[in-house]
Amino acid sequence: MTTDTQLELWEVFMQSKPGANYIHAGSVHASDKSMALQNARDTYSRRGEGTSIWVVPANAIVASNPDDNDLFFDPANDKVYRHPTFYVMPKDAKAI
Amino acid sequence: MTEQSLYNYCLRMGDNALILSYRLSEWCSNGPMLEEDLALTNFALDMIGRAQAILKYASELQGGVKTEDDLAYRRSEREYYNNLITELPNGDFAQTIVRQLFISAFEFYFFTELQKSNNATLLAIAVKTLKEVKYHLMHATDWVIRLGDGTTESHKRMQDAINYLWMFTGELFEMDLIDTTLIEKGIGVDLMLLQPKWHRHIQQVMYDATLQLPEEGFMQTGSRKGIHTEYLGHILSEMQYLQRTYPDAIW
Repeated sequence: MTTDTQLELWEVFMQSKPGANYIHAGSVHASDKSMALQNARDTYSRRGEGTSIWVVPANAIVASNPDDNDLFFDPANDKVYRHPTFYVMPKDAKAI
Repeated sequence: MTEQSLYNYCLRMGDNALILSYRLSEWCSNGPMLEEDLALTNFALDMIGRAQAILKYASELQGGVKTEDDLAYRRSEREYYNNLITELPNGDFAQTIVRQLFISAFEFYFFTELQKSNNATLLAIAVKTLKEVKYHLMHATDWVIRLGDGTTESHKRMQDAINYLWMFTGELFEMDLIDTTLIEKGIGVDLMLLQPKWHRHIQQVMYDATLQLPEEGFMQTGSRKGIHTEYLGHILSEMQYLQRTYPDAIW
């Protein structure tokens, strides 16, 4: 395996307008926070995509293990009553 | 007199942006890493936009006989007024980023002052450009500190770049009749007043980066009279090739 010379990996999250959710845009390499922000700006916000950027060291992200998918996610599949659409709205309750 | 001075002043500003943009665009696909490749070419795009706006205004000052494209692509070497430092080869990344620090710090103070111009077009260009320049300056400063205060190799390369480029910085502050005419009219910027601010700023970055400025010594000169290094001719022969070979080509 060759040595990775590309500095640390950072994940980039962009907010498209104030108040909106931050959405994962991609990743950049950088040696420190300020370089990560600048690289994210130069890589992902060149065409007016955003008003705010978060960068997070990739190794600070804890990810679920695909092997755990059946115990993590499958139990949610058969609980239709967890969706609001399961419930019938009373006819007179218009403003809900 | 004022009109002609303003025209030449615009050529200077426009040519500085155009030629440095050209140099930075040469990093495209050659950057030390993908992210920096994008950063440098972003700077190039900022500068080509600035060059276009300023040369367009220069064209209007002359009644629009020559368009901004004519000015960019159909003048000869002696008719360019960019500072020599903008046309120097990129060298290694150290040389490119030190050049950027010297120029962006100058532009930061220059365009800050130009915001006080009583010429509405220059004022508007200054306001827009200053935002871009602040970013260029931040990015270049971070790199100079990172590499100056980095490894033995990076420190040496940065110091070599500074020692080489320093003699091209005096020219940034040269003034002639064009400047004094426009300062009198409240249009132009007094470069003499910028120099100490610029020098203090650079000194501080050098200190943070554990680098040294050379002793004051010989300074290169020439661009105010259209006299250039050997490098500008090579830039123009490549940059103007299409317009020279196929005049008015469109696609």
